[in-house]
Amino acid sequence: MHVGLTHFLVVSSLLFCLGLYAMLTRRNVVAILMGIELMLNAANINLIAFNKYVAPAALNGQVFALVVITLAACEAGVGLALVMSAYRNLETIHVDEINVMKW
Amino acid sequence: MGQLASFIVLSIVTLTAAVVVVTSGNIVRSALSLIPTFLGVTGFYILLQAEFVAGIQVLIYAGAITVLILFVIMLTEGGTGLRFRQVNEQVPLGLLAAAVLAAILIVVFVSTPWPKTAGELPQYTAAPIGNMFLTSMVLVFESTSLVLLVSLIGAIIIARRER
Amino acid sequence: MNWFVEILKAIGLAVVMFTFLAVVAAMFGVLLERKIGGWIQSRLGPKHVGPQGLFQTLADTVKLLQKEHITPTAADAAIFNTAPLIVATAGLMDWVVIPFGTVGTLVLVVRDLNIGVLFFAGMASMTVVGILAGGWASNNKYSLLGALRSASQMISYELPLATALIAVAMQAGTLSTVGIVGAQGGWFGSFVFRQFPAFVIFMIAATAEVNRVPFDLPEAESELVAGYLSEYTGMRFALFQLGEYAEMFAMAALATTLFLGGWKGPILPPLVWFLIKMYIVVFFLMWMRWTYPRFRLDQLLNLSWKLLLPAGLLWILITGYFMTF
Repeated sequence: MHVGLTHFLVVSSLLFCLGLYAMLTRRNVVAILMGIELMLNAANINLIAFNKYVAPAALNGQVFALVVITLAACEAGVGLALVMSAYRNLETIHVDEINVMKW
Repeated sequence: MGQLASFIVLSIVTLTAAVVVVTSGNIVRSALSLIPTFLGVTGFYILLQAEFVAGIQVLIYAGAITVLILFVIMLTEGGTGLRFRQVNEQVPLGLLAAAVLAAILIVVFVSTPWPKTAGELPQYTAAPIGNMFLTSMVLVFESTSLVLLVSLIGAIIIARRER
Repeated sequence: MNWFVEILKAIGLAVVMFTFLAVVAAMFGVLLERKIGGWIQSRLGPKHVGPQGLFQTLADTVKLLQKEHITPTAADAAIFNTAPLIVATAGLMDWVVIPFGTVGTLVLVVRDLNIGVLFFAGMASMTVVGILAGGWASNNKYSLLGALRSASQMISYELPLATALIAVAMQAGTLSTVGIVGAQGGWFGSFVFRQFPAFVIFMIAATAEVNRVPFDLPEAESELVAGYLSEYTGMRFALFQLGEYAEMFAMAALATTLFLGGWKGPILPPLVWFLIKMYIVVFFLMWMRWTYPRFRLDQLLNLSWKLLLPAGLLWILITGYFMTF
């Protein structure tokens, strides 16, 4: 039995749903960001698996995966800067406690 | 055979570590578990012959993003990371949503007949990727670098202490 | 059963590399460090164990092996005990892509990856994870401070290091370490002359990356009582040290490979040339350690972000210009 496209898709969908679960249930902003990173990784596995099995000559999937990795780095940087800012002003990083519109 | 064995090992490592990431009550442990997850995903990339993307994945995800996350946790949670309840009241609903989505996705993925193209990836992908970025994908490349610059400046401005 | 043979080969090579590192890097390196330190400070250094103190490190290793493992009660035991392994493994993995020399037509390298330089940078950046984990798990404020300093320092210096690697890879036209050695030839063909600014940037960033004086803020003995190492005893402490020395020697070996022409040289066999060049770089690092005082944290970060990184980017631009026109 060979490893085919479906194998990778199933693993990546499980990873995606774990990330979704973290996003829905966590209180901590950093933990939510971790969930987002898991979901982006799942998407990247899909991009590269499709590249290998569906269009091996084009390499578009790998290029897009690199773009996604770059944007994930941007997102983590800005997101964590927001976390630091929120912590400094509100002294909490739990999303259900950040509920004021001004202070 | 060897490919299947390594696929199974990598899946077990990735998914176990990911489960620890989303369920652990200790935020630092979940952040540290991101590393085996990312390294497992790197293994998938190597199985899929995308070794350049795999190298970038180790460098950026495992080496930089995880460290950034750990850094912020240690600055905000302080001591042990165990003082707070980590999950909100939506656990059953979140579990249901994730499980339903996983079931739908897996059914769709298994039942779809995927178009298979016979063909091989080039042996050395770094040079073709570079060529693509500077020829047919140049707009994507430029806008990504613009986003990178904007987010760099934005992160500095947001995180800077007001005086 | 091809993959089974591959796994056995990998295990065998790992054992060989680990022995090589433990003997050449850790044992001999520590002795060299102390002897050179003694020489620079006009004292003798270790002298009593064995002829001229040759067995001093062996005695120290036996001492560390016999020591008790102490896990502090307040520490997170699982992470506390795993952290030294991460650092040691990351230091060991660096050596996979280093070519040592040639025997006939065979190149002595564990695996000539076509992303070699990228692999090295990735593995070097994994060290910081072990340091952060160890510093946090110790549950000690000095450890945590040291770990946080280490994280900010290593993240900042990875970027200038990467720009230096990119400039060299551009000129050589490949990311493979064997290919980069092949692109250099003759005395003035080595990249230390053709890529001199990249060499300077690489050496400064590499010194900071392996946490050595003048960039040793994470473990600053006089301020932080050794930083993230303070709670570690016995073999775990030794594993941290081994990882650090392996990383330092790996950086020296990479400098040899990328800039000094690797194993190439006249008359002497390739392996001897490689070791000579590597030890020259190691001597340079030790010389710096015993000459310069420690930086302050803000000076350290300013040096990286305001000087080395713009210089590195500018040098990439200049390299590209000369390659195109």
